[in-house]
Amino acid sequence: MASSAISVRELSKRFGSLTALDGIDLEVPAGTVFGLLGPNGAGKTTAIRILTTILRPTSGRAEVLGHDVVGEAAVVRGLIGLAGQYAAVDPNLTGRENLRLIGRLTRVSRDGRRARADELLERFGLAGAGDRTVRTYSGGMRRRLDVAAALVPRPPVLFLDEPTTGLDPRSRIALWDMIRELVSTGTTVLLTTQYLEEADRLASRVAVLSAGRVIADDDPAMLKERLGNTVIELRMADEDRAARATRMITDRFSRTAERQDEIVRITSQDGSGLLLDVLHLLDDQALAPRTVAVRESSLDDVFLALTGQHAETLDQPAAEQETGGAS
Amino acid sequence: MTAGQAAVGRPTGGVRESLAAPVRDGLAVAGRNLIGLVRVPRLLVFSTIQPLVFVLMFRYVFGGVIGRSVIGVPYVDYLMPGIFIQTAVFGAMNTAIGLATDMQTGLMERFRSLPMARSAVLSGRTLADLARNVFVVALMTGMGFAVGFRLHAGVPAFLAAVLLVLAFGFAMSWIFAVVGLAVGDPETAQAAAFPLLVPLVFASAAFIPVRTMPGWLQAFADHQPVSRSAQAVRDLVLGTPAATDVWLALAWDAGIVAVFAPLGVWLYRRAV
Repeated sequence: MASSAISVRELSKRFGSLTALDGIDLEVPAGTVFGLLGPNGAGKTTAIRILTTILRPTSGRAEVLGHDVVGEAAVVRGLIGLAGQYAAVDPNLTGRENLRLIGRLTRVSRDGRRARADELLERFGLAGAGDRTVRTYSGGMRRRLDVAAALVPRPPVLFLDEPTTGLDPRSRIALWDMIRELVSTGTTVLLTTQYLEEADRLASRVAVLSAGRVIADDDPAMLKERLGNTVIELRMADEDRAARATRMITDRFSRTAERQDEIVRITSQDGSGLLLDVLHLLDDQALAPRTVAVRESSLDDVFLALTGQHAETLDQPAAEQETGGAS
Repeated sequence: MTAGQAAVGRPTGGVRESLAAPVRDGLAVAGRNLIGLVRVPRLLVFSTIQPLVFVLMFRYVFGGVIGRSVIGVPYVDYLMPGIFIQTAVFGAMNTAIGLATDMQTGLMERFRSLPMARSAVLSGRTLADLARNVFVVALMTGMGFAVGFRLHAGVPAFLAAVLLVLAFGFAMSWIFAVVGLAVGDPETAQAAAFPLLVPLVFASAAFIPVRTMPGWLQAFADHQPVSRSAQAVRDLVLGTPAATDVWLALAWDAGIVAVFAPLGVWLYRRAV
């Protein structure tokens, strides 16, 4: 416990008859990145809201650096930074004014907040736009300012709720670098994401949430090893052939192949090697697929493997950006 | 375990801190709201035009019917105190809309995760709306003088009247802060505020003497806060005995703030 920055025990939250969190346990070691992975509606945002003292849990307990988020909420607020899913910055203020306001409200000295605002604008590539009102910013710029605002008081524990949703690839990588840098100086980061890749790149530990429960809690490499990190998809001519191919692959390679309509899906560690073997086998049986695709496993694949159900989420980042990804 | 806390070194307690924080944080938020007011001038312009239109409408539409014979003074002198109060009430709608907007944009959620005073988001909004009222009342006074409004009791009494108007506007802001937090989105806030405003303003002594109303309505109109404040302001402007009405008006203001400020803070702590 002593080394945990965030400690969650049997935490539940119900909204009327809806159970958003159903008794989750989490342990986040200080100075690490913890990824909370899950589709929309899994309870990620509810968990963040409870940990940042915005919501009260229905039952269970949560501590940040040893302080109870309900009983010692005021202390916890002095230890955390939050960047939410919505770019929570004032559109009528300039970027610089937004950061200075947060500095003022988090008790940073006048000189301190001036310097901090300049520094953060620079680091987030907003130096040139610092004196424009946020109303004129693009979505990605607002998002970066939102994360910058969370960093103003140099919080030892940082909560990022889907921080890269809506960011272009360059900004996404820049933010990842910044998170790594923060963690190297001792900050603890809890981030939620819908992207397996993001959790894999950043987090030393990942919990997968589904319908308010933790269905996996492991380090990402172990998770991928258990679930396979590449997916082969074979589109067959019809469902009958697909069913035959599925049986054959399962028998020959003692590996589960799954069929969805005329698509056969195989998850493995060795995508290209297995692909050759599978194609040989199918060719011998005159079952050549119409199309073949090999890709990295997505959150949906993880869900399929863990729960046997699809994540019911859009795992295409592009589509996600358009819908804004609220949950 | 406390290493993280010590490293941050932000004060979290102390009597002085706990007394100063609400004021300091409230002023910080008020400053932020006022910047918004100046940067989006169309909001200020339109919320100023409306009371000016009311001055002209009432002055020239009703001014002919409601003459000296009914109320003993030129109607414009009777009207202006009512219009001031009406403006303070309608202006309070901005408090509801502003807070609801902050809830909708997620800014409220950020504020609630910060170690700032729990009252600051609300007091910052009501203070900014108070500053806005100072500006609007000054403009209306100018407009009033242009259409024939005259002071009967001198400038000091008029300044006292203006302070009463501002105090009433501030009290109404707290009522509408609660409305804004309760509904949580700006369109609904506006829709919810309007039916509350209209009976308060029109079933009152703001524009006409209540004695012409039916008995049941008179009972309400005579005792509700809009009437009391309008009458107190009118007494001060016309030079009629004012003490009782002024005290009643101030008692209403204090009572409203005493009830609605804690209610608002309670809602703020629960709002998402």
